[in-house]
Amino acid sequence: MEGIGIWGVPLAIFAGAIRVSTPFIFVSLGESITERSGRINLGLEGTLVFGAMTAYAVAVMSNSPWLGVLAAMATGAVFGLIHGFICKFPKVNDIAIGIAMMQFGLGLAFFLGKPFIQPVAPHLPSIALGGWSSSPQIQSALNINVLFIIGALLAVALWWAFKNTRVGLILRVVGDSSDAARAMGLNPDTVRLLATAVGGSLAAVGGAYLSLFYPGSWNEGISSGQGLMAVALVIFARWNPIGCFLAALLFGGAGALGPALQSVGVTQGYYLFYAAPYVLTLVILVVTSSPTRSLAGAPGALSITK
Amino acid sequence: MTIEANIPTLPPLSAQSGNLRPILEWLARRAEPVAISLGAILTGLALFSIFITVVGKSPIDLFKLMYTGGFGSWFSIQNSLSRAAPLLLTALCVALPARLGLVIIGGEGAVVLGGVAAAAAALPLTGSVSPIIVLVVMAIAGMIMGGIWIGMVGVLRHYRGVNETIASLLMAYIAIALMNHFIEGPLRDPASLNKPSTTPLPAEYMLGSIPGMDVNWGLVIGILACIVSWILIEATSFGFAARIAGGNVRAAQIQGLPVGRLIVGFTALAGSFAGLAGMVEVAAVQGSANASLAAGYGYTGILVAFLARHNPLAIIPVAILLGGIDASGGLIQRRMGLPDATVLVLQGTLFVVILFCETFYGRFKIFNPDLWKRTA
Repeated sequence: MEGIGIWGVPLAIFAGAIRVSTPFIFVSLGESITERSGRINLGLEGTLVFGAMTAYAVAVMSNSPWLGVLAAMATGAVFGLIHGFICKFPKVNDIAIGIAMMQFGLGLAFFLGKPFIQPVAPHLPSIALGGWSSSPQIQSALNINVLFIIGALLAVALWWAFKNTRVGLILRVVGDSSDAARAMGLNPDTVRLLATAVGGSLAAVGGAYLSLFYPGSWNEGISSGQGLMAVALVIFARWNPIGCFLAALLFGGAGALGPALQSVGVTQGYYLFYAAPYVLTLVILVVTSSPTRSLAGAPGALSITK
Repeated sequence: MTIEANIPTLPPLSAQSGNLRPILEWLARRAEPVAISLGAILTGLALFSIFITVVGKSPIDLFKLMYTGGFGSWFSIQNSLSRAAPLLLTALCVALPARLGLVIIGGEGAVVLGGVAAAAAALPLTGSVSPIIVLVVMAIAGMIMGGIWIGMVGVLRHYRGVNETIASLLMAYIAIALMNHFIEGPLRDPASLNKPSTTPLPAEYMLGSIPGMDVNWGLVIGILACIVSWILIEATSFGFAARIAGGNVRAAQIQGLPVGRLIVGFTALAGSFAGLAGMVEVAAVQGSANASLAAGYGYTGILVAFLARHNPLAIIPVAILLGGIDASGGLIQRRMGLPDATVLVLQGTLFVVILFCETFYGRFKIFNPDLWKRTA
C-alpha cells in the first residue's frame, strides 16, 4: 500500500465499479431494448448464466475467447427467441414465462457446463491504461477490459439510434402502442420477438464477461443475480441506454464499496451499502409513480407499468 | 361468455340428451384444467426425453429412477415431503395476491426477514420459558415481519401506484442485504466463524418432526395454510370481494368494495405466510438464521403458484410433485452419472411448457358448453 493510503478506497471503488459493472451494462442495455418494444424479459438471469457457460466452453475448445463471446450471443438470441415466441400467444404471462426460462436456462447451463468446471479458458484481452504509473494498484485499476469499452460505446450508439434511426422509431412505436404500430403496417409481435432476441444476445455477452474475464472461471455460482437485477436497472435508468450505463456503474460501485471498506478495516455495516442501489431504485419508483397515470418515460405497452 | 349464451330463449334440447346435458357441461368445465395440465406435462416430459436421448441416456431408466428417488420408498417420500413444505407457504405468497390480479415475485425477501425476526425473537426467551411459547412467539414474529414486508408492497401499489412486481423484487434484494447485515453484525453469534449465524436455538426448542415421520411440522403448517387460504378465497365474503376486484378493479370500486383494504390485507397475509416459511426454516431446519435462508424457496414458490393456477388447494399436489423431482436429483446423479442439474432441466422444461399451455384455455370447443351445438 505504498504511496496510496487513504486513496485506496476510492480507487478500489472505481476499479471495482468498472470491473463489476460490465455485465450490468450489457444485461441492462439488452433489457432496455426488449422493454422499449413493450415486453419484459425476466429470464435474462438464465440467459446470462447460459451465455457464461457457452462462452467458457467454446473458448476452452477453440482457444479463442472471442469465438466464445460470439457463441454466447447466438445462444442468448435463441433464448430470447423462445421467450418472444411463447409470449406472442394470448393469455401467456410474460413475467411468469421469464421466471420459468430463468430456471430452464440455469438448469441447462449447469447440466451442460459440468465438464467445463475444471479446464482453463483463455481470458478476454484488456487494455492497460495505467502504464504511466509505477503503483501496481493504479495499474491494475486501470486495466480496463475491451468489453467495458464496447459496452460504453454501445450505450451511446443505442441512445442515438433510439432517437435518430428508423429501427429506433419502429421499436418505440411498437413499445408505446400496438395499435399505432399496426396502423403503420408493422407487426408488433415480430418486432418484439426480434427485440427480445437482441436483448438475450446482449445479456449473454454480460455472462461471457463473467466467465472469461472477471471472475474469469466457470462454476455454478458465477452470477450473483445480475440478470434478475437488469429489470430494476432499466427502470432506474428510465429506459435510456446512457442512463443504463451510468446506473450499471453505480450498481457496480455500490457492490465494490463493501470489499473496499473491508480492506481498510471497516468490517461492519457495509452490507447495507449493497442495498443502496435497490433502495434508490425503489425511492425513484415511489416518487415517480402515481395511482392515476402510468410511469413517466415508460413504454406505453409495457405490462409492468399499466 | 359468448353472445349465444345470452340469448334468453334457448331452442329446446332433445329429449334423450336433456338429462345428460347438465352433467356433461359440469364435466366439461372441470375437465378443461385437468386435460390441459396433463397434456402440458406429457409434452414437457416428451421434450425432456428427447433431450436425455440426445445426451445418450435412456429416458425410461431416468423416469424409473425419478419415481424411486421421489416416491419409491418411505424414505424418499419423506424426503420429498420435506422439500415440499417450504414451497407450500411461499407459493401462497404468490397465489393470494394473484387472485387480486397482483404479480408478487419477492417472497424470498419475506422468507429471509421472517427467519431473522423469528431467530431474534427467540433469543431473549430461550432458557426462561417453555419451548412451545418460544415457538409460538417465533411464528408470530416471522409472520408479522413477512406481513409488513409484503404488505408494504400492497400499500405502495394501492396508494402510490408503484408496480408490485418490481417493488417486491427490489425489496427482496433489500431484505437479503438486511439479513446479511443482522447475521454478520448485531445478531451474530461470535462462535459462528465460517458461516455467520445467529445464536443457535437449543435442541429442545427446535420445532420437531411429525410423530412417526422424519418430516418436520412445517408440512402440516403449510397444508393447513393452503386449506385456510382456500376457504378464505372460496367461502368468505372477503375472498369473494377479492375475486371481483381481481377481475375488474373499476367494477369493484363502483360496487363500493374496499379495494385498498383488500389489497393491503391480501398482500400482508401472503407475506406472513412467506415469513412463516422463514420461521419454520430457522426453527426446524437451520436452528439459526443464516445465509441458507435465501435458498430460492421464494422463487420456486412463484412457479408452484402459477402451475397451481393460484388455487391454494392445487398448490399442495404441485409442491409435493416438485419436491419429489427435487429429491430424486441425488439418486440420478449416483446411478446414471448425470449431473444433479438434470432435475433443474426437467423442472424448467415443465414450467415453460405448462405456462405456455395457458394459451389453450377456452380454445377447445369440447370444454366450452356455451359453444356446443343445440341439438334440435
